[in-house]
Amino acid sequence: MTAHQDLIEMKVPAKPEYVGIVRLTVSGVANRVGYTYDEIEDIKVAIAEACTNVVDHAYHDEGLISLEVSVREQFVEFRITDYGRDANAGELKKYRGPIQPDEPIQELTEGGLGLFLIESLMDDVEIKQNKGVAIVMKKFFLKDGVTHGTDGFETKTTNENR
Amino acid sequence: MNLDVKTETLAEGAKLLVSGEIDAYTAPQLKEALMPLAEKREAYVVVDLDGVNYIDSTGLGIFVGALKAADQNNGTLRLISLNERVRRLFSITGLDEMIDIDEKREGTGK
Repeated sequence: MTAHQDLIEMKVPAKPEYVGIVRLTVSGVANRVGYTYDEIEDIKVAIAEACTNVVDHAYHDEGLISLEVSVREQFVEFRITDYGRDANAGELKKYRGPIQPDEPIQELTEGGLGLFLIESLMDDVEIKQNKGVAIVMKKFFLKDGVTHGTDGFETKTTNENR
Repeated sequence: MNLDVKTETLAEGAKLLVSGEIDAYTAPQLKEALMPLAEKREAYVVVDLDGVNYIDSTGLGIFVGALKAADQNNGTLRLISLNERVRRLFSITGLDEMIDIDEKREGTGK
C-alpha cells in the first residue's frame, strides 16, 4: 500500500483569500492523477471546507494552513493541518448532519455543515489532534466502477498527545 | 476565484444574477447584496445561479441566512438555474427541501 508515494506540500496564510489557492492546487493534482470530473469537484469542496475551518477557528491571530497530498496506489490522502489552539476540534465537533425537512426555518444555523460535507464527499475522514488539528481525508480511485473502502465509515477523532 | 453579483428590479421584487465562485472569500459580497433584499417586508427575491460553478458550506450558509430573513418577513426566496454540481450540494445537505429551487432557466414567473 505504501510502496508508491508522491508527496505534494504547501503552506498558505490562514486567510479566506488563500482558500481558493489551495483549492486550485488540489484540483490540479487531482486532475493529474486521473480522478473524474465529479470526483475532482468533490475533492475541491472537501478541501475548501477543511481550510475554511482553519481560517474560522484555528487561530486567534495569524497562522498557517498546511496542505499535504500523498498519492498512493489505491487512493490519495489529503491532510489539512493547522498549528493553532486545539479548541478547533471542539468547533468541528459542533457537528450537524443534513437538514431535516421538518426543521423549523428559524432554527436553522448558517454554519456547521462543513464537516458533514467533508464526510459526504470523501471516502475516509479522520480528525487528528496534536498541537493543532489535522483533518485527514482519503479518496479512493474508482476501479470497475466501484469505489473501494466506502463501506460506511464514521469520522474517528484521535488524540495524538499521549 | 471571483464573484460577480448584479441586481435587477422585477415588477414583484428583485433578481440577483450571480456568477463565479461562492466560497469563504467571496461569500460576504453575496451576503451584502442578498440580505437587504431578503429582509424587506414580503420580499420576492430570485437568485439566478446560472453562472455559479462552485459553492461550499459558506455559500450555503448565506442562503440559509437569507431564507430565515425572508421567512421572518413573509417574503419569498427562490433559487433558479443551478448547475448539477451546485444543486448536488443543496441536495446532500438537505437544503433543497427548505429552499424553493428550480433548476430550469426561467424568468420571473411563479
